[in-house]
Amino acid sequence: MESTYQTMRTFADSWGLLYMVAIFLFVVFWTFRPGGKKHGEDAAQIPFKED
Amino acid sequence: MKYGTPVVLTGLGAFLTLLAAAFAQDTLFAQHMGLICAVLAIATVVLLRMENFKTAPKSADLQLEYMDTVIRYGVIATAFWGVVGFLVGVVAASQLAWPELNFGPYLNFGRIRPLHTSAVIFAFGGTALVTAAFYIVQRTCRARLWGGGLPWFVFWGYQLFIFMAATGYLLGITQGKEYAEPEWYVDLWLTIVWVAFLLVFLGTIVKRKEPHIYVANWFFLSFIVTVAMLHVVNGLSMPVSLLGTKSYSAFAGVQDALTQWWYGHNAVGFFLTAGFLGMMYYFVPKQANRPIYSYRLSIIHFWGLIFLYIWAGPHHLHYTALPDWAQTLGMVFSVMLWMPSWGGMINGLMTLQGAWDKVRTDPVLRMMIISLAFYGMSTFEGPMMSIKTVNSLSHYTDWTIGHVHSGALGWNGMITFGALYFLTPRLWGRAQLYSPRMVNWHFWLATLGIVVYAAVMWVSGITQGLMWREYDAQGYLVYSFAESIEAMHPYYVMRVVGGLLYLAGAIVMAYNLTMTILGKVRDEEPFASESTFNPASDKPLAPAE
Repeated sequence: MESTYQTMRTFADSWGLLYMVAIFLFVVFWTFRPGGKKHGEDAAQIPFKED
Repeated sequence: MKYGTPVVLTGLGAFLTLLAAAFAQDTLFAQHMGLICAVLAIATVVLLRMENFKTAPKSADLQLEYMDTVIRYGVIATAFWGVVGFLVGVVAASQLAWPELNFGPYLNFGRIRPLHTSAVIFAFGGTALVTAAFYIVQRTCRARLWGGGLPWFVFWGYQLFIFMAATGYLLGITQGKEYAEPEWYVDLWLTIVWVAFLLVFLGTIVKRKEPHIYVANWFFLSFIVTVAMLHVVNGLSMPVSLLGTKSYSAFAGVQDALTQWWYGHNAVGFFLTAGFLGMMYYFVPKQANRPIYSYRLSIIHFWGLIFLYIWAGPHHLHYTALPDWAQTLGMVFSVMLWMPSWGGMINGLMTLQGAWDKVRTDPVLRMMIISLAFYGMSTFEGPMMSIKTVNSLSHYTDWTIGHVHSGALGWNGMITFGALYFLTPRLWGRAQLYSPRMVNWHFWLATLGIVVYAAVMWVSGITQGLMWREYDAQGYLVYSFAESIEAMHPYYVMRVVGGLLYLAGAIVMAYNLTMTILGKVRDEEPFASESTFNPASDKPLAPAE
């Protein structure tokens, strides 16, 4: 029987890695979605609304 | 009763710590608890004397005002801890140059060193982060801090943690983990304070009036959550007795080492980087009066840091018992980190695109810009040093110390000074700082100090590394360890000079901020000398007769 360490390690460098990369790629593509630029420019103005 | 709850809490705390001192299992615990008891007892008396037992008149709706008094306290405390932390650093540097300055047992280098690192990172940096987070989250959410008096608990609770940690080091209480020296009971207290900090911050975000959460708050939230996780996991330990100082870590051997450096490096990543980036993403646009260069780049910067930083810790354990694959993993992730770090630096610097003249006329903005330059330099140097072949030369040498200081003094220090100069006139309702010219003095003293410090440590570090690895033809080491120490002496003296310059700058700042708070304005030439135009003289001279 494989050790707990080996099981967790194998899981981490396969499905775990895939999961992390997928989420990262999703947020990057989401940032560059159509309309993302306009949304970003609006958000960048937030610190200046108080004045 | 305005101070009902705090009086009960400090009074109860004083009573419990008195009991703990009385029934302590070891002398150190008794001394430490006695000190904490004294502080809490004094706090109780002060609070009682400030108390007004008449029923408070119905005050105006507080929700319509930002909670700024706690931030004013934070600004003063940050400046104070800065001067203290840099002073202790100069003492530690002097002790290395002149060992006669070790006054044992309380003021030995072994106790002064954690006092210095904690004073600058956790007292100066931590108080700055709490203060800036409270200021920025209110302004960008357009809502008062959540939690009634809870922000006060966070502020004073954190100051009490600093006091407990500092006195513990001088007494000789330590769990021997770098940047996590305080023992189990101090760790528990910090956990309580940190959870309160998280609640205040989250509560304010939840009740925000601004639909979008500004990116600075993303950085602050990741800083608070990750530091909580790191602190709790690395602090897992079993105390020998409920009323004693000593505890044993839940991990052993290389697991303990990896947990420690997973904590240690992410303290750099999330305390000294993410938290201060939160400050950067608010104060740089505000001081420049221009929105951040690219908001989308700031989002990529954020996620890049979050996904990469957490894996970089093993580079502290190159060529140790840690498995090779883990060392390589740490190295690869450290090198990849270079990209988001420089993305963030470029984002900050490009905010000034088309307005670089402001750097000439605004010394506060210049301070923030040089902090970004140092952020860029140390996030290039760090990945380079994490490469195993480079690390085999640099590890355990002064090069590491120089790298840490170019990051901490250059990036964290300078952005904090910029933030303090930004906040003080606004919080006390002053039209301007006491003296922009003194900001300029501070800028040059600090910059020169860092350059001296970093350059000297490069030379001494590489000298050390080369001396330690020098073999002769027979395969014997050429130098003994003591010889390498002897060779360091001139560099250690020069390092004291660098530190003194930086400390002098901080003292100039403390004076400038004090006078600003007192409402004084220094009689001096205005900083920005506008070029004057006289139409009458704008014509050719009459031809000679």
